[in-house]
Amino acid sequence: MSEHHDHHDHDHSELSETELRVRALESILTEKGYIEPAALDAIVQAYETRIGPHNGAQVVAKAWTDPAFKKALLEDATKAVGTLGHVSRVGDHLVAVENTPGRHNMVVCTLCSCYPWEMLGLPPVWYKAAPYRSRAVKDPRSVLVDFGVSLPKETEIRVWDSTAETRFLVLPMRPEGTEGWSEQQLAELVTRDSMIGTGFPKLPGAPS
Amino acid sequence: MNGVHDMGGMDGFGKVEPEANEPMFHELWESRVLAMVRAMGAAGAFNIDASRFYREALPPHVYLSSSYYKKWLLGLEDLLLDKGYLAREDIAAGHAVKPAKPLAPGKLSVSDVERTMVRGKFGRPAPAPAKFKAGDRVRARNIHPTTHTRLPRYVRGHLGVVERDHGCHVFPDTAANDAGENPQWLYTVVFDGRELWGPGSDPTIKVSIDAFEPYLEPA
Repeated sequence: MSEHHDHHDHDHSELSETELRVRALESILTEKGYIEPAALDAIVQAYETRIGPHNGAQVVAKAWTDPAFKKALLEDATKAVGTLGHVSRVGDHLVAVENTPGRHNMVVCTLCSCYPWEMLGLPPVWYKAAPYRSRAVKDPRSVLVDFGVSLPKETEIRVWDSTAETRFLVLPMRPEGTEGWSEQQLAELVTRDSMIGTGFPKLPGAPS
Repeated sequence: MNGVHDMGGMDGFGKVEPEANEPMFHELWESRVLAMVRAMGAAGAFNIDASRFYREALPPHVYLSSSYYKKWLLGLEDLLLDKGYLAREDIAAGHAVKPAKPLAPGKLSVSDVERTMVRGKFGRPAPAPAKFKAGDRVRARNIHPTTHTRLPRYVRGHLGVVERDHGCHVFPDTAANDAGENPQWLYTVVFDGRELWGPGSDPTIKVSIDAFEPYLEPA
């Protein structure tokens, strides 16, 4: 391993020091011919404009309205999502897990930050931080309390620790009072957290 | 390695604090770090397992006190230094002063960016039949490798049940050390909460990990 003697931070100006360090690294890697800044711009732009939880929301809304799609999604989510032309492409090993009245699913990565990027975008800070990663597998009910979510005490909570290259998408339960709604209307109710398992979809008529 | 990154079951980190209307990046440099890691990986400087290992190998106090993308930056620098793509002289000068080391497949161009926006493929042909099937009782091995592993400490030594078989995948424990893809069967293994956290814990909890076959023994 390399030595870490240059890893200490100076409290008064950590951000600017880090920023300078990042700029210098980008210059060096560019000068060495390893990277092209325009390609970095394109990567950032893709995350900022195209890849986000709206992709997952479309998949969930489709599953709520199309039983054949839901069945296919639960059998092989990568394949099923691949049949939806309007959703961004998705990599292998995506697994959709269904919430039911008796079972609530929650996804975590205790070891780092594995998350279904193509479905949900980049993970929020809390997902990558120690409180969630440490507690989700030991006391998920108390974690849900931090999100203002409570479940009946007899509901099974299944926590999926993303320890390999499999990625998990929670299929939340469709809210009551949405009979006859279109896929697009339903997609508006699907929150990012409901697809991680730390929240529920919005209720019809709730402020957005 | 038994590092501080292996956080499952630890106490004392406090409440989860979701940020309302969280921006995608809190600082511009974070987006550059993300993109540099993706671009250098795509260029062939390292695989995803090595990049994870270098973040895990940061000293514990640095790991715990650095923001997420700061850890990515520090891990990236260490990795490129160790693999010879970057020299201390380059960093000191703030410019490339040492010659570049050839990379394959090489620089990621703008026209190839789209390819990197879909995750890589980790499934591989099976070198041997699977030892376990859904429904089998297994025990997570009590192993403590000092190198990269994806077997979290909190399940080691505990009994679980195989629920799904995901086929054969690249084995992170060897891929991270340039010791080859060494494909292994991968299973979802479910543990009862009381098995992991004791008889007094919440009886409604079940926790699964995705476990490579070498992490498991029959039970």
